[in-house]
Amino acid sequence: MNNTRIKWGVAVMMTGGALTLAACGGQQSGGSGTSGGASGAVAVDGSSTVAPLTSVAAELFQAQNSGVNVTVGTSGTGGGFEKFCRGETAMNDASRPIEAEEKAACEQGGVKYAPLTVANDALTVVVSKENTWAKCLTTEQLKKIWEPKSQINNWNQVDSTFPDEKLTLFGPGTDSGTFDYFTDVINGEEGASRTDYTPSEDDNVVVQGVSGSKGGMGYFGYTYYEENTDKVNAVQIDSGNGCVTPSPESVQDKSYTPLGRPLFVYPSIQALGSNAAFASFLTYYVENDASIAEQAKFIPLNDQQKTELNSAFQKALSEAGVSGSSPAAS
Amino acid sequence: MSPTLDDIAPLEIEAGTLQSHHSELPEKGFRWVLLLSLAIALLTLAALLAFILVSGAPRFNLQLFTNMPSIRLPEIAGAQSAITGTIWVIVTTAVISLPVGIMAAVYLEEYGNPNGRFHRLVEINIQNLAAVPSIVYGILGLGVIARALALGQTVITAALTLSLLILPIIIISTREAIRAVPQSIRFGSMALGATKWQTIWKQVLPAATPGTATGAILALSRAIGEAAPLLLLGAVTFITFNPNGLMSSYTVMPIQIYNWVSQSRDAFHVLAAALCIVLLLLLLLMNGAAIFLRNKYQKRW
Repeated sequence: MNNTRIKWGVAVMMTGGALTLAACGGQQSGGSGTSGGASGAVAVDGSSTVAPLTSVAAELFQAQNSGVNVTVGTSGTGGGFEKFCRGETAMNDASRPIEAEEKAACEQGGVKYAPLTVANDALTVVVSKENTWAKCLTTEQLKKIWEPKSQINNWNQVDSTFPDEKLTLFGPGTDSGTFDYFTDVINGEEGASRTDYTPSEDDNVVVQGVSGSKGGMGYFGYTYYEENTDKVNAVQIDSGNGCVTPSPESVQDKSYTPLGRPLFVYPSIQALGSNAAFASFLTYYVENDASIAEQAKFIPLNDQQKTELNSAFQKALSEAGVSGSSPAAS
Repeated sequence: MSPTLDDIAPLEIEAGTLQSHHSELPEKGFRWVLLLSLAIALLTLAALLAFILVSGAPRFNLQLFTNMPSIRLPEIAGAQSAITGTIWVIVTTAVISLPVGIMAAVYLEEYGNPNGRFHRLVEINIQNLAAVPSIVYGILGLGVIARALALGQTVITAALTLSLLILPIIIISTREAIRAVPQSIRFGSMALGATKWQTIWKQVLPAATPGTATGAILALSRAIGEAAPLLLLGAVTFITFNPNGLMSSYTVMPIQIYNWVSQSRDAFHVLAAALCIVLLLLLLLMNGAAIFLRNKYQKRW
């Protein structure tokens, strides 16, 4: 009868699974030999734009403190705040400041927080490499193109000196903080945008789309432009004071307006006070912010922002009742 | 005046008339349309596989299994935490969903009254549940398992949610397998003095094992490929340690792929494709096991 063989087969499969698990567990405990001081778990969630920065911080920090497990989620700024205000995460990555609704939710959940600016971003408007005419656009022109119910479908409608070329638009999905920010500063109202463009939550799709059509146009964070300079051209932005190229320098000296934006993390004051591993992770993050931003290919803070970050962090520490700067990891 | 039989008969047999009603063109055309449909399905699959293999090949190496994800160094980054996370989640899912699903199926087939109102209600609901989009289970898991039961974003939450997702599939396939066991086996067993429990345990379940195992493996392979419900549950996308228990944070392969694909640097897209290969191989292995079990142990009554 075959049944005995089946039973044995099943038993072998299950044992195999158990052994695999045991082996995997073993590798982990093996890794924690060279541990630094702190140990514990730190949960971070929030903006997918900021996540690479926090991930690099987590990576570097865990290399020195293998007893600490830092997890970085990407639920989006809004989705992250929802969890953060329930006390489910210790810190939220945010590509825009916290909104009134989220403030109320945090108040209700009893979560106190401190906004810290950790890096900068330049929302970059890109066009195809074949586009020889649109070197510089004014914010009015951008608004004319992107505002709700916009009827502009050809480049010569944007400016009469531009050639007769069909305008094809690509952009981020409506859940993204990038979309919120762009519509806010260009169209004057957060979330107000024409809807007849190709949206994608994946910025690589925007890169593909724009590079593939001569009259294409799209916008996304500076890192994506930096990685794709061979595929798309960045447009200079004129907000009334002449054309400015998006670059780390123009963002840091604040001449790239209004599309230069700060990126934030929102640590929970409670978590800072009760979770020693989180306190030492955040200390590491703030102290090494410049080098972390550089390795994650973000635009670092300028000197004034650095000073502000340090004083905001010290204030948060004292609110949390943590004694001064205690660099557990350095 | 109506035509007589003699008037009609010669016309019907006249050469060529039969042919004209059965022209060659639709016959051949239909065949080509069928072949074309098949070609569309197969070529899409072939193109997809070729694309993934070509783009993932450069990073399909040992580092993928031995190293943790890294944002700084995509060149040597791996997916160990995602691979072990998948194993943890799927083994836990199997441990939870298989006994429950099989026992539910045994009840429905062997104990329940198939004409009872309750029975029919349960039956319809199970059929419906099997068709519910997976993201809905994610919402349920987040609201009930992660928050109301306060299990958080852990391996056990993911396993419970995926168990709910695949339970209907396991129940349906196990019922099919049990139904395929002929009544004569049951009658024979009972005639020899076995109780109902003994008959089910010693005769029906072993005879239904190949079908049950096939269904279970296919259900588990569906769970392995799921990303949507786990995204809702907050399977974190950046994690550099293996799970160490049921209450541990975790990530799984589909989530890791999703995360890498949306990164700005090309090196991550190669990594994503390489991890796709791992996922495909795993699914191929499981489906192969299902086919093997079915062919080797299936009984012809």
